[in-house]
Amino acid sequence: MVEEAVSGTSLLKKLRRTERRKKIEAVGLITPLFVLMLIFYFIPIGLMLYKSIDNSQMREIMPHTARAIEHWSGKGLPDEPVYTAIVEDMKVAYPNRTLAKAGRRLNFDLVGFHSLLSKTGRKLRKLKGPPYKEALIKLDKKWGDPRYWTVLQRGLKNTTLIYLLATLDLRYDDKNNITHVPDEQAIYVSIIGRTIYISIFVTVLCLVIGFPFAYIMANATTRVRNLMMIGLMLVFWTSLLVRTLSWILVLQNKGVVNSILMWAGLISQPLDLVFNRIGVYIAMTHVLLPFMVLPLFSVMSGIPSYYVRAARSLGATSIVAFFRVYVPQTKPGIGAGCLMVFIQALGYYITPALVGGPKDQMLSYFVAFFVNERVNWSMASALGLMLLLITGSLYLILGKHVSITNIKLN
Amino acid sequence: MALPIHASTGERIWYYAFRVICGVIFIFLLFPILTIIPLSFNAGEFLHYPLQGLSLRWYHEFLATGRWAVAVKNSFIIGVSAATLATILGTIAAVGINRTDFPGKQLLVALLISPMVVPLVITALAVYLFYARIGLNDTYIGIILAHTILGMPFVLITVSATLQGFDYSLIRAGANLGASPVRVFFKIVLPNIIPGVVSGALFAFAISLDEVVVVLFVAGPSHRTLPRQMFSGIREHLSPTFLAVATALIVLAAMLMLTLEMLRKRNEKLNSPV
Repeated sequence: MVEEAVSGTSLLKKLRRTERRKKIEAVGLITPLFVLMLIFYFIPIGLMLYKSIDNSQMREIMPHTARAIEHWSGKGLPDEPVYTAIVEDMKVAYPNRTLAKAGRRLNFDLVGFHSLLSKTGRKLRKLKGPPYKEALIKLDKKWGDPRYWTVLQRGLKNTTLIYLLATLDLRYDDKNNITHVPDEQAIYVSIIGRTIYISIFVTVLCLVIGFPFAYIMANATTRVRNLMMIGLMLVFWTSLLVRTLSWILVLQNKGVVNSILMWAGLISQPLDLVFNRIGVYIAMTHVLLPFMVLPLFSVMSGIPSYYVRAARSLGATSIVAFFRVYVPQTKPGIGAGCLMVFIQALGYYITPALVGGPKDQMLSYFVAFFVNERVNWSMASALGLMLLLITGSLYLILGKHVSITNIKLN
Repeated sequence: MALPIHASTGERIWYYAFRVICGVIFIFLLFPILTIIPLSFNAGEFLHYPLQGLSLRWYHEFLATGRWAVAVKNSFIIGVSAATLATILGTIAAVGINRTDFPGKQLLVALLISPMVVPLVITALAVYLFYARIGLNDTYIGIILAHTILGMPFVLITVSATLQGFDYSLIRAGANLGASPVRVFFKIVLPNIIPGVVSGALFAFAISLDEVVVVLFVAGPSHRTLPRQMFSGIREHLSPTFLAVATALIVLAAMLMLTLEMLRKRNEKLNSPV
């Protein structure tokens, strides 16, 4: 044993074994958490993303039609078997109330389908046949309109792109080509644009306000710095809803800001500062400011003062020295702060929902809207996918240059 | 930062202007919190100044109303359970992550802290759709698990930070002396990293206490938490009772903050070479 331990190869072997044991230990320790996250986080997100293209429900409601219509060439009208199949499916689906679900789904693609299905469903018992082709067209001439059959064929595939297309204001036309929706229905691109615009604006505001604040904090006496830090942390730890509520109170017509401005004689009528875009900017900037200040402060407090002093002694004015010598050294802090604020702002829901008007709502609001008001999970998922795509790509692109995890948490 | 004696007039003006700007920013920062606290003691029913006398009636209202009591109870049940779970799992995982390097470690860490970056509404929607399949919507356990995942990254980060200063050879020493791995963990590892563990737990608790988006999606009427109650209240019928609740939450935030500050100081002391 002793001789073995002394010889080089066996020592190496033992080292490797220890290393391997360490790795196994590490994996073993991480596993419980990872399994929990896999089941309750990663799989749900995967399922949600799939939900945005999932169409299997339609095939469950109309299994016969789905099979029969697969071989339809798309020209003219389908043949009798397809009509028979759809009548069979409707006979089951109407009393089950799943027909209405299918109607809502198809109506999303072509307005009028919902009423067509519910009307046909109601009169199904009086329908004579087979053959059903003539009878259905007699019941409603829409059944003789190839457009409805094109939509149905598209709507009975396993997956569908209509929701993702809808988030970009696109849809299929009668010939299965992708086109723009009419201007009056085009809302989602502008919502995505608005989300990005508000986030950029808030990020810039946070930077403009946060930079001098962090600068003073980094260069102040210990007493002042502690005071500022306590103020910042108190705000940081205060509930988001409390802060949002206080801004509503401060900015309302009879709120403190309007009262002060009127008392000072600067305005005669109260300004509308809340339930509009101004309110959203102010409240969001306030809520996200600590995420800008903290990384800036942590970078700035590590910057030695002699670079600026050297620049000054070499003849730079204080402004030149500040912008050309000091500011470049704060870049990692600016990067981390902006990324933190921007990514969080993109996903904001609560603050705009409470202090904004209808035209200030961001993507998250519409995700919630489609779940809670429209019960359209597919559209909610499609919008969620867009939001995740924007956030994720930003995180990947910018995250390479700045590190979020390096920020000190307290 | 003091003004040098040789400063020019322009520099002097800028120096003082800069101070004023920072004062204004500081006021902006604390303004909403400072206005809401006095208003909560208002005797009248208006939500604006001037105060119509001082009273504690809205605090009475807060404590006496069943709806608020239920919300407080729910918030604490969910917050404490989620923080406990997040702390246990997060601490164990953090010890594992910092034990050694292994392939794919960076990716794993990025995945584990992703709940911090992914927009809340996406987490909420994903969890809601998933719970709809397995029947966890409208249950405590559903909300607790979601909040565990949201709070866990903070535990991971704070514990990892304390582990930076931890000497792993202590584990070997303990094992050498015959202690079981569990005993080593509780007798050697835990006492050394306890400041990080506790701050992680407080973070996780604060996250859960403040979280409303997931609750909006997943919780039923009987699982309404404090922020959920406030959210619908602000939208529908704002009353001065909300100010009392808000003030209570601000006090709680201040207490959390002070505790964390103490822990940070302690951790600094532990990590600094004597």
